[in-house]
Amino acid sequence: MTTTTPSATTAAKKAATKAKRRALIPLAIFMALAALLFYGLQLDPRKVPSPLVNKPAPVFELESLDDPSRMVTNEILMGKVSLVNVWASWCPSCRQEHGELMQIARNNDVQVVGFNWKDTRPEALEMLRRYGNPYVVSAYDPDNRYGLHWGVYGAPETFVVDGEGIIRYKHIGPVDRNVWETTIRPIVEQYRPQSS
Amino acid sequence: MIHRVRKLSLSLALIAGILAFGQPSAYTLEEFKFEQPGQHEAFRDLIAKLRCLVCQNESLAGSQAGVAQDLREEVYRMMLEGQSDQEIVTFLVDRYGDFVLYEPPMKPSTYILWFGPFIFLGVGGYLLFRTLGRKKDEAEEDLSEAERARLQRLLAASGDNQEKLK
Repeated sequence: MTTTTPSATTAAKKAATKAKRRALIPLAIFMALAALLFYGLQLDPRKVPSPLVNKPAPVFELESLDDPSRMVTNEILMGKVSLVNVWASWCPSCRQEHGELMQIARNNDVQVVGFNWKDTRPEALEMLRRYGNPYVVSAYDPDNRYGLHWGVYGAPETFVVDGEGIIRYKHIGPVDRNVWETTIRPIVEQYRPQSS
Repeated sequence: MIHRVRKLSLSLALIAGILAFGQPSAYTLEEFKFEQPGQHEAFRDLIAKLRCLVCQNESLAGSQAGVAQDLREEVYRMMLEGQSDQEIVTFLVDRYGDFVLYEPPMKPSTYILWFGPFIFLGVGGYLLFRTLGRKKDEAEEDLSEAERARLQRLLAASGDNQEKLK
């Protein structure tokens, strides 16, 4: 049996706790990395952030879907908060969100502007005839002439544009009740022109 | 048996056929005509650096997506207009964001991407060398008096054993 002085014991204890603390460093690094990667897993890589948010909506001039003689331009976006909804009849998610868009257009002080994208006129019109038309007007862009300038890379996409024609938000994928209530509606309310 | 062999050879032929003709990368970009020599290669190099936003892990050069075709045509049009690569890239980044580039630009939000691996390598290398260095130091530590005496005893004992075995 060896006897140790009290100071030696505390020194040894201190060294031991120090060593223990050091052993925790790799664990801490691992936990931090795991948290970072776990966070990364929650993000959807298909949702590419748009550089156009908080910038004026790109200028466009397209025929109206239902009336080729009528042109749809940025003019339509002025003075009212708009949802510019990129849609096509070939896009199943567009049909999925269609009912919700009808509800939104009916019950809210927001105009839903259609952006019919890479579609054909008869098929697009047939879809509106069959499922209803939530749009005040649909701009007809069959060959992605202006969709490109809006950074559209799929359908559906929905832009929130304020009354001054500035893009405030972009949603990728279908708009459902949850997306509308928790994300889009608050933004619409925020940018609604104050009525006197 | 014969039936089975026939079935097998048929599937092998099918696989060979798919390997020979079914490759989506057989895309040739021949539809894009350029007058000046070298421009076609420049075009191909440029769209290889741009990402297709729909398929995401394919370049504009390799993608069959409709949007990729639209963007290829736009890049082609801009090149014919005499715009520089930089102007074309800026045009696309303005609309689709940095994501459209395979190589992220150097800016504060991407520093971790650019320098992270070197920092990790440096820190790891430093820790490795420090640990190895310490191990070596420990090995060279002298034995204490008590340890030395014990070692001598053990060696003497094993020497005796060796003698006995012989």
